[in-house]
Amino acid sequence: MASEPETKKTDFWRALWRSIGVPLGAIVLALLIGAVILLISGANPLLAYSALFQGAFGGASQISRTLEKATPLIFNGLAISLAFKAGMFNIGAQGQLVFGAIIAAFIGFAVKGLPWFVHAPLALICGAIAGALYGSIPGMLKAFTGASEVITTIMLNYVALNMTDWLVGGPWQDKTTEILLPRTPEILETARLDQGRLITSGLIFVILSLYLALMVYLFVKSHKKIRMAGKTTREFFTANLGSLLVALIPVILVGLYLLDLLQVGFLIAVGGAFFIWWLLERTTLGFEIRTVGANSNAARYAGINVALIMILTMVISGLLAGLGGAVETTGVDGRFEPAFNVGLGFDGITISLLGKTHPLGNIPAAILIGSMKAGSNTMQFEAGVPKEIVDVVQALMLFFVAADMIVRYVLRIKGKEEKVSLTSGWGQH
Amino acid sequence: MESVWRFLKSKQGITIIGFLVLVILVVVFYSISPNQTQAVLNSMIRHSTPLILGALCGVMCERSGIINIGIEGHMLLGAFMGYMVNVWTGSLVLAVAASMLTGSLMGLLLAYMSIKLKLDQVIGGTVINILALGLTGYFYTVGLTTSGKIMTFPLGPLADIPLIGPVLFNNGFITYAAIVLVFVLHFFLYRTPWGLRTRAIGEHPEAADTLGINVIRMRYMNVLIGGAIAGLAGGFLTLESVGSFERAMTNGRGFIALAVMIFGNWSPIGAWGAALLFGFATAMQTQLQFMGIDIPHQFVGMLPYVLTIVVVAGLVGRTHPPAAEGKVFEKE
Repeated sequence: MASEPETKKTDFWRALWRSIGVPLGAIVLALLIGAVILLISGANPLLAYSALFQGAFGGASQISRTLEKATPLIFNGLAISLAFKAGMFNIGAQGQLVFGAIIAAFIGFAVKGLPWFVHAPLALICGAIAGALYGSIPGMLKAFTGASEVITTIMLNYVALNMTDWLVGGPWQDKTTEILLPRTPEILETARLDQGRLITSGLIFVILSLYLALMVYLFVKSHKKIRMAGKTTREFFTANLGSLLVALIPVILVGLYLLDLLQVGFLIAVGGAFFIWWLLERTTLGFEIRTVGANSNAARYAGINVALIMILTMVISGLLAGLGGAVETTGVDGRFEPAFNVGLGFDGITISLLGKTHPLGNIPAAILIGSMKAGSNTMQFEAGVPKEIVDVVQALMLFFVAADMIVRYVLRIKGKEEKVSLTSGWGQH
Repeated sequence: MESVWRFLKSKQGITIIGFLVLVILVVVFYSISPNQTQAVLNSMIRHSTPLILGALCGVMCERSGIINIGIEGHMLLGAFMGYMVNVWTGSLVLAVAASMLTGSLMGLLLAYMSIKLKLDQVIGGTVINILALGLTGYFYTVGLTTSGKIMTFPLGPLADIPLIGPVLFNNGFITYAAIVLVFVLHFFLYRTPWGLRTRAIGEHPEAADTLGINVIRMRYMNVLIGGAIAGLAGGFLTLESVGSFERAMTNGRGFIALAVMIFGNWSPIGAWGAALLFGFATAMQTQLQFMGIDIPHQFVGMLPYVLTIVVVAGLVGRTHPPAAEGKVFEKE
């Protein structure tokens, strides 16, 4: 009996190692192979990686930049993850995102005379609705005509590209500058997502205390249940390690926010991730989405309106992508320019897969990729290494996260292999 | 009468009527303005070639049960290696071979990930796409020069037939190869034992396995061949069409090829029709812009994409992917 606490203690560490060992190992292995490529091409991997790290986490402004880069990635990863859950492949997050971004910009520069706490949310909401409407098109086409969403979303990306191109070169062009550029005017100050306002108005503290109250309530409730089942507190901690760590994340985030390290947009993104997790795991709609994804025929027999679920999934998916674009416009760019959001939708696929399509998994995945995006410029500038090497490393990370048996073998991590089966192909409905 | 009417209303009937209408339209336009019609059709073939090659890669992989969303990556790396070999050796034959070899190496990687490591196949394809983007971007250096690109090669008297000759029989080598491959693959897929086996392992690998078909080997082979075809599509871009390489030059063509493959319902000739339609719309877009009509060019630019959506939603509707696609095959 005396030795019991000790084994429990090692259990705790083992559980921790099992949950984060594979992703950590995947990152390290990917970086090692990247280093080999750097060595072969005559670059110094130590120099390159230290510059990359410096550029991503080297100081307050770097961390802030990393999280800024991660924000739209979280939204896009979520959009694609949600569609995966319903057995659909939304390659069109890019198009939904640019629509969200440009509509938010339009609301931002065209609507005047609103106070900030109305104007900024309005821009975000309109951007999200634009994305949702755009996402509903492939959803409805799929539900009513059976047209594969893979085709229609790819095509709609290009339609969105042309449409926004026309808008910024025509009706919504910035006419204030001497030389006309293809971009919208700058959004008004009231539409910007501004750090200071949330803090000075005290809103952030209200949100934080509400969250903490909720967490304490949930903790006490489930702890009581565990004690009644005759288990010790330590066992409770070991069993719920993952959820406890996750529950701490928002608190850390708000702390970082108060230290001016991250933006409002990032908080919204994290909130969105928790919301989607809740939607999928705790609501009827989420259950129906997952059932349609697992087997649409069974879902139909069970009386689920499969067409409606497919449309709703695409609407929410588009809403997330559009919100990502709107946050990018109002929080970072300040206007819409076609060159700003290139490739974000496709990065979303990577993020979603890196996070194993788990809504919360998107957050660390997006921070990881965001940090590499933020640091790659510093690396190119200081170490003279072409920044495309980070793409190679990203591909390898994705590979090792998915091929976890390789990582488990190398690091001798025990535990059952997680069968990753995220997608059910396409056109299965 | 009744049966004729029913046939005309069926999917095949609509396809045939559509085709005839197109032929008549082309002839009418040719008699009005021969040069422009010629230009549109030439550009249609040029735009459709990388798409059909990419789509054929998709057909090869997916018919045998492996989802390939890495076509973009196969194409990009194939384009890059073809270009680099052309720069190093100056031999176009070696360059084309290098494109195809690179493509099939990527195919091997995809097959290894999906068959041996049993990864989710969408992840495998995504890994290839990002890897190709990273590797080509990292190793590409600006300012390389080549000794030339693949020239058009008129096929004797065939090239002198009015309209059809210059469009079909006055092209580069890879374009001919693409057209020939469409028919060869279609024939092989539906008329030979190999084709029957390929379709079998894509629909029901366990049944195929009990009949003594080596599912795993066939999947490897088909994905390798498919990869080589997608590599050829990349080679078309750098060696026959553009003549040089740029970062990310495939520009989403691999994904459009994917759409073209689904559009064509996983059959080579179907995909060719889809690729031609897309190529035609792209060609029309350029032509309309030349004509200087009073619509913003972006709206004209949407034409190929909107047309594809309309056709897919209105005419094609539900498509039927191979049943075992994306599923891991476990030999008992």
